[in-house]
Amino acid sequence: MPRLALTTNYAVAHAAKDSDVDVIAAYPITPSTPAAEKLAEFAANGEIDAEYIHVESEHSAASALVGASAVGARTFTVTASQGLIYMSEVLYIASGLRLPIVLGVASRALSAPLSIWGDMHDIAVLRDAGIVTYFVSSAQEAYDTVIQAFKVAEDPRVHLPAIVDYDGFVLSHVTEPVETLEKEEVLKFIPKKITWNTLNPKNPISMGTVGEPDWYYEFKYQQQVAMENALKVAEEVDEEFGKVFGRKYGVVEPFMMEDAEVALLAYGAHAGTARVAVERARKEGIKVGLVRLKLWRPFPVPHLKKLFDGISVVGVLDRAMSLGAPRQGPVALDLMAMYASDPSSAPKMASYTIGIGQRDVRVEDILYIINQLAEFAKGKEIPERTIPIGLRE
Amino acid sequence: MSLIEIRWHGRGGQGAVTASEIVAKAAISQGKYAQAFPSFGVERRGAPVEAFTRIDDKPIYIRSKIYEPDIIVVLDPTLLGPQLAQGLKENGLAIVNTDKSPDEVRKLLGRDDVRVAVVDATKIALETLKRPIVNTAILGAFVKVTGLVDLEKVLEAVKEKVPPRTVEANLLAVKRAYEEVVAG
Repeated sequence: MPRLALTTNYAVAHAAKDSDVDVIAAYPITPSTPAAEKLAEFAANGEIDAEYIHVESEHSAASALVGASAVGARTFTVTASQGLIYMSEVLYIASGLRLPIVLGVASRALSAPLSIWGDMHDIAVLRDAGIVTYFVSSAQEAYDTVIQAFKVAEDPRVHLPAIVDYDGFVLSHVTEPVETLEKEEVLKFIPKKITWNTLNPKNPISMGTVGEPDWYYEFKYQQQVAMENALKVAEEVDEEFGKVFGRKYGVVEPFMMEDAEVALLAYGAHAGTARVAVERARKEGIKVGLVRLKLWRPFPVPHLKKLFDGISVVGVLDRAMSLGAPRQGPVALDLMAMYASDPSSAPKMASYTIGIGQRDVRVEDILYIINQLAEFAKGKEIPERTIPIGLRE
Repeated sequence: MSLIEIRWHGRGGQGAVTASEIVAKAAISQGKYAQAFPSFGVERRGAPVEAFTRIDDKPIYIRSKIYEPDIIVVLDPTLLGPQLAQGLKENGLAIVNTDKSPDEVRKLLGRDDVRVAVVDATKIALETLKRPIVNTAILGAFVKVTGLVDLEKVLEAVKEKVPPRTVEANLLAVKRAYEEVVAG
């Protein structure tokens, strides 16, 4: 396995190359642009046998991939921010048509005010679109997860698009070590086989027809069933990846949770900083653990319930704000909903927002949160609102 | 080896970001773990820029910027001032492109508790590259005084990173600074 120095943008481009994608359609947008450029370079140099479609917008990029996927191509794109939400109309369609398109998203804030910097407001918009959604915490994990995402998306139990989401700049532009795989071994793991319904003159079908009131509901329900299946499939695929290539992540990743009394739930790059903070807090005698959320959609309810069993307070670190909701953090809202039918088993929960518009998140910020959680565990009242970290109020 | 954190200070166009990446690349090719990243601003030629490198024997999890560096590298002497040394650890190291002496630099940084290494990277760059792009020259000094990465690996990374027609001049700049750097 070659060990390269790659940014996460380049790592996802390499992963798409090594997955032997057939069609790429991309429109450049910061901070995902270097990934689109690298893919264009691979295509231009013949390092990848793919059609690279130059489009006039992200909406067209997603549309081109819907067409390509509908005739059986393995398809890939990268985008971020306004580009992702511009795609969103078509991505809902891709999910409804059950097309296994894979996207890399270098998550970035949404306008206004204009911000080219990272946070997860963009991916939060796509939360309900019926797309299998991963968060990653390193360039290596991004590379591995793009390959896994193709296997999950193309699994007949799933047949949904998949997104590998990585923090803009804080991951997308950081150079770090990545062990890449040979295309041949990747293709043994994800063979090129059309498992989904395609447009084929030999076996004609219609796609994207009208779903009248007596059918639409069933189609949507099947997407939900596919999402539920995706949880098990994602776990299986990660296990198998681990057996073949020696790296696995889980759909959630616990750290120092065995004897934890309070816990953090974090995702993306800042879960790494949280890990360092947990190690330091442990040295100060605080029994804190960390659960890193790797798979956001479908939400890994049984895994989280098991890990949080007996935990007194969970602090959820969100990088997006669901404005006007009972708590701002989208993952915090998921966690609240998770315990709705059985509140007696729920830990107390504190919702935090961090890294909004790429306000830097320091170990000290997370230590502050951990200390607060320890006080909440002792009975201090938890605010009925999301606690902003690093904000000038 | 435990975590080493390096902060690079330059001006847009001098190659601070590329230098931060070359060091990471060299460390990674030696089997170490490393991160290199820019300060993610909107870059303008001539404006002050920062870049960051972390090196460790173990995987690196922290994702914040670097506030308490072990080493600062200053590519532009006109930036020298107490603000550059902010957070620099006691007995930390400042590697500076300047024609001044280590003691004079310590005075400008307002710190007498740090080590300083100086090299006239601008002069070297003008003589080798014929342009004041000092990042490869400062790398030679960095390799010599820190010993964190091998000269050979840095030269390999420079070859991959710089425009093909400038490879020889850049390699010469690295080697000259490696010889000419003065630590004090």
